[in-house]
Parts: sequence; structure tokens; C-alpha cells
Amino acid sequence: MQIVLTEDQELLAKTAADFAAEHSPIKRVRDLRDSNDPLGYSRALWKQMAELGWVGIPFPEAVGGAGMGLAELAVVLEALGRSLVPEPFLSTVLLAGEAISRHGDDAVRAEWLPRIVRGEAVMACAYPETTSRYALSQVATRCEAAGSGFRITGEKSHVLDAAGCDGFLVSARSAGADNDPQGIELFAVSADAPGVEIVGQTRVDHRNCAIVRLQGVEVAGDARVGAPGRGHTVLEDVVDRATVGLCAEMLGGMSRAFEMTLAHLKEREQFGAPIGSFQALKHRAAELFVEIELVRSCVMAAARAVDAEASDARKLVSLAKARCSDAFVLAGNEGVQMFGGVGMTDEYDIGFYLKRARVAEMTFGDAAYHRSRWAQLSGY
Amino acid sequence: MSNLDSFREETRQWLEQNAPPAFLGRGGGGELEGPWGGRRWKFSSDAEKQWLDVMGERGWTAPTWPSEYGGGGLSPAEAKVLAQLLRELKLPRPLIGFGLTMIGPTLLQFGNEEQKRLHLPRIVRGEIRWCQGYSEPNAGSDLASLQARGVVDGDHMTVSGTKVWTSYADECDWIFALVRTKPEATKKQDGISFVLIDMEDPGVSVKPIKLISGSSPFCETHFTDVKVPLANVVNGLHNGWTVAKALLGHERSMIADAFGGVVSSDRARGGGLQDMARRYLGGGDGPLEDAVTRDAIAQVEMDTRAFTLTVQRTRDAAKAGHKPGPESSIFKLYGTELNKRRYELQIKIAGPQSLGWEGPGYEDAELQRTRDWLRSRGNSIEGGTSEIQLNVIAKRVLGLPD
Repeated sequence: MQIVLTEDQELLAKTAADFAAEHSPIKRVRDLRDSNDPLGYSRALWKQMAELGWVGIPFPEAVGGAGMGLAELAVVLEALGRSLVPEPFLSTVLLAGEAISRHGDDAVRAEWLPRIVRGEAVMACAYPETTSRYALSQVATRCEAAGSGFRITGEKSHVLDAAGCDGFLVSARSAGADNDPQGIELFAVSADAPGVEIVGQTRVDHRNCAIVRLQGVEVAGDARVGAPGRGHTVLEDVVDRATVGLCAEMLGGMSRAFEMTLAHLKEREQFGAPIGSFQALKHRAAELFVEIELVRSCVMAAARAVDAEASDARKLVSLAKARCSDAFVLAGNEGVQMFGGVGMTDEYDIGFYLKRARVAEMTFGDAAYHRSRWAQLSGY
Repeated sequence: MSNLDSFREETRQWLEQNAPPAFLGRGGGGELEGPWGGRRWKFSSDAEKQWLDVMGERGWTAPTWPSEYGGGGLSPAEAKVLAQLLRELKLPRPLIGFGLTMIGPTLLQFGNEEQKRLHLPRIVRGEIRWCQGYSEPNAGSDLASLQARGVVDGDHMTVSGTKVWTSYADECDWIFALVRTKPEATKKQDGISFVLIDMEDPGVSVKPIKLISGSSPFCETHFTDVKVPLANVVNGLHNGWTVAKALLGHERSMIADAFGGVVSSDRARGGGLQDMARRYLGGGDGPLEDAVTRDAIAQVEMDTRAFTLTVQRTRDAAKAGHKPGPESSIFKLYGTELNKRRYELQIKIAGPQSLGWEGPGYEDAELQRTRDWLRSRGNSIEGGTSEIQLNVIAKRVLGLPD
């Protein structure tokens, strides 16, 4: 495994950075929030990203994808993460899309993947519940046999990009106690299926997120993704992939927040000198720099390990997410502190990074969760 | 067969024929394990001496140095093959020390022809052991305020003053030192010269310093009217600061490499922290019962992995032909701080069994760990304190103003 960008990956990074600068500077996130945009992202821009080939990066060429890996997608997500671009990569590509692509049968693949790759379908992955925290095995939503299919009842929350989506995967239990890893099914459900109610949630980062209620929702038997009762395995696989994608986004976000802070340290004068000349602030800036450099190595390694199906890939995913969580939160907190009073104002952008850092930290498991997972995978 | 492949085959045969049979398969050890050489070195075995002699003769103690100065004259690719073969055959390092890692590279960069011809071959063959005369009692982090004087008189200078933290000066043959030759210079960095001094010259005396760990790896070195030929000045009179800074770069990368080595050899010994926790804190085979210790172990292990991945990223970037990025500036800082944290955690896990200084009630390994922990406190001080490293990053990498 080489922890270095190929020439093609460098080119891709440049293209994505140019695209974000032109179409989605940080001001766009502010405008989407201030206009109470119900989607929180743009379908038109998503279509453009699909036309550039980014949405199809990890999918097979047979369904219109590029057949590439997380190493490539991470490069794009890092570039977009710098200005907190809110388009639904994690939900549509890495969670629902990859679950269907890697674990679905031909029928469900044919129904969803071509539309996803073309940027026409946005798909959520409704697995978290109010009490599940970060545990993928905690599923209280139930399903029961109904004719040749199933009937699902339950409630999901904190479902990324569910508001205004075309369809979603939902986890539901056919057997076992609420926290049993066995007995979990995953189904692809159309957003307009009878009995589905999607209620938008507003979180501190104002990204798309929703509660998904299912009241006796009926699905056909071939809507199941993965083997019977083995939905947990599918979720573990795709949530790891989405975690690496989120880490890349977080790396971009923390890098940009740090650059903004550094620029402020050089410009802002107090006591007749730039505040960046004071050693108390220099050392804090240098320490943050160190953290971000370490994060970059971990994110690159995790993406490559997952692509290569390395034996320690899961550990590297936890390493990347634990460090990304701590470092992005630190970059947000230190940024606001070093900006001082203006950092607390809504007028300045640094606050957007602090808020996004917190949401990203608590998506797919925070640092403590991933340290515990590292320990478990290491045999202690 | 490519040239590199045939080089590999020839080298493998040569190593198998020339390495002492007892050394084949013995294992390489860390960056700081091996003979330091010099006139006073006591070889631990005939094989150790024989190994140094054959490798030194071939120039492979310094594989990439030019052959006209006794080096191996190998290309970087060939040197990599040699290093791979040494690892593969589990051969120990034939020679280590400041000659190879610090003064040698510095002389290659700044030395004149005469200096290179005189000193480099003797380093390669392990005949001369070098120490470093930088810090003084009143010049630590503020190195440029050093006071040792060199008064120029005709073709020599007379050196007086005191250097501290001269590593193993009592076992070394030569010292490279910074002395002030132009006290009237307006900028304190401007009046400094970099000189090479024979420790056997009249007026040089050495006194070991005892550390909190009980060991004495460092000395105080006194110079009383020592006559040094001007031919021993590197890069010209008063131009020593440039040399000094370049050598500090070599020193910091050596320290960072050494900690990379410590980390990997610790891991190679198996489990490390995890095994310690099971032994001292009890519990069965499942998750460690003490959740705080479990989290602390995961933290240190994960930080270690992040560090080694960053070292790897730098090497991979170099192999791909990129210029060194800013990430390399963090190695001395992070590697030493991490090593301290690792020892702190070890003694916390061992609890009262980490308190032994000597005598009954403690295993040898416990006593050694305690001494190592005490010694590790110096890691973030020697070779530029962590605070100085943060200053360097803030200034050179982040461009923050003075």
C-alpha cells in the first residue's frame, strides 16, 4: 500500500477543488440555511456532479459507474469538504448505493443503480433509531411476513438526506431481541410507498436529515438487500465505507478551518503586533497543524486499505474516524477561540465549521466509540 | 536480468560469504543498537569486529557516500536493495553513531576536499567516534548565544569554554563544536565557527553527568586554551551557523528515525501495552475490565499507528519524486512526545511495581522499564525541545510572524 496520490488522483482533486470554488463556496451553505431550503442541497448540482462522473466513482462500469474506489472518492470528498458542500454522497453513494451494489440482487440493482449513477435518484439509508446511538445492531423497527413480501413498522431518526429523497434502505428486525446482530433485514423502499412519513429534522449544521416513520409499510420480497437475517453484515460493510468518505470530507473541512484561522492570526493586530506573533497562539496553531497532518495519513491509509480489502482495514477505519472526530472538533473550537469575539458571530464563517465538526464527529461513531472498536478488533 | 537484479544477487552472495556465521539470522536491532566504533570501543565479540571490518572495507557502513571517501558509492536504489537484504538475512547493523548520521553528511555538504579525505574514510571504517559540542550551560534552546571562544592567531585558533550534553564524550575521539570567533558581530548567529577538534589535544577534559535515570550518557566537556588548526574549520571562519542548522536537521531526523524504530521493535515484541495490562490489572481474555486503561492503551496505539503512517506517507511521497512536504517537520516533536506518553502509560499500568530503583522485589525488566521511563523524559528536551520544534513549525511551515 502506497500512501501517496497518483497523478490521476491529483488531477481529480484539482478538478473537484475548482468545481467547489466556482459552484459551492461556503457562502452557498449560508444561503441554503437562510432560505430554509427544504432539501439543503441542490438536485441540479447533484446532476452535474453525476455528469462529471463523481457519483458513479465506486460503482461497476456495467451500471454506468467508473469502477474505482474509495481512494478516488476520498479525493473528491476532501475537496468538497473544504467548503462544506452538502450534496448527498454519503447517503446515496456510500450507504444506500454501495449496499445495493455490493449486496443487492439483480432486480434491486437494476431498479436503483442506473438512476443513482445518473444523478436522478437520491437515496437515504434509514438505519439509526433514537436509542441506537452508534450501534448498528440496535434495531427496534420490526418486519413481519405479509403475502410474498413484508410489512414494516417502526421509526428511524437522524437519517441523512431522507427529506425529499426518492427512496431509502430501511433496517427492520424479523427475529431476535432489539440489540441482536442476527435477524436484521434491509429493504429498499420507495419514498412514496403508503405508510411512509418523512419529517425533516433541523440540526446545528442545517444539513438534510429526517425522521422516517413506517406504519405497516408493505414491500415485495425481492426488495430485500443481502441474505435473510444478515442485514447487520451489510450495514457494517457500507457504514465503514461511508465512514471513510465522511473522514475525507472532515479532512477537507478541518484543513480549511485551519487555513482561515491561520490567515486571521496573520492579519489581526493587537498590542501593536499580529496576534500570530504571540507564542501562546503560535504553539496552538502548530499543534493543530500536527494533528491535521496525522489525520491526512490515516484517511489516505484507511481508504486504500478498504479498497485493497486489507486484513486491518476495519482498524484503520476506526483510526481515521477517531482522529478525524477529535481533530475537526479541535480545529473548530480553536478556530472560534483564535478568531475571538468575531468568531462567535454568525457573520463569520468559522462557526459553520465548528457546527459541522460536531455533527460529523457524532455520525458513524465518535472518537471514544472508535477507540473502543480499535481495542475490540485488537483483542482487548 | 536488470542491473539491480544482478546487484541483488551478487550482494546476497557476498553477504552470505562475508558475514560472520553467528550473525546471519541474528536480527538487526534498532537504530541505536550496534557498535559505535572508535579507538576506545570494546567489541562484544570477535564477530562484531569482523563484521565491522568487512563492511567498512567495502564502504557499506555508509552505502551512499562516494567511494573516493571510503563510502559504498551506491545509488539510492542499490542502497535500498542492500538495506532490504540486511533485513532479509537478519544481519545486525555493522556500525552506528554520530559519524554516520551527523558529521559525515555535514562534511559531505560543507567540508573541503582535504577534510572529506581525512575524516570520512575513518568514519566509514569505524575508527573514529564523534561527539557533538553544541549546548553550553548558558546556551540551551537559545543555542546561538553560546560563549565558548575561539581566538584566531595565525594558522590556528585557541579554544576555551564549556560544552554540555556531549553524548559519550568520555568514549569519543573527535568532537565537532561551535565556538564564537567574532564576538563583535552584531547578530549573534554571525560570529560562530564550526570546528573539528581532536579530543586528545592538550586542554580537553571530560566529566560525565549523572541523569535522573542513574545513567551517564552525557558529559560536560571543558576546553582550556586548546590549539586548533584553522584547517579544521568547516565552511570558513564565522560561517558556522549555517552548518550548525543543517546538522541539527540531520540530528532531528536521526532522532525521529530512532523513535520510529523504538515503536516498531516494541510492537515486534508482541502486544506490549495490552499484555502488560492483562498481567498487572488482571481479568480474563475478553475486553480489559478497566475501561480507562483500555481507552488509554487504544489512544497510544492509535497515535503510534498514525505516526508510523505519516512517516510512511513521507517516504512514499519521496519515492514518487515529490519534494519533502511539511509533514516531516513534525517527526521529532511527535515521535518524542509519543515515546514519553508510552512510558508514562507503562508505569501507570505496572503501578507500584514501576517504583523500584534497584534490589529485591522487582524483576529486571521492571527495573529497566523504570530507568527507561526516567530517561524518556529527556526525549523532548535533547536535540531541540518540543517548544522549539513548535516555534520552528510556526515560523517555517505556517509562516507566522516573529
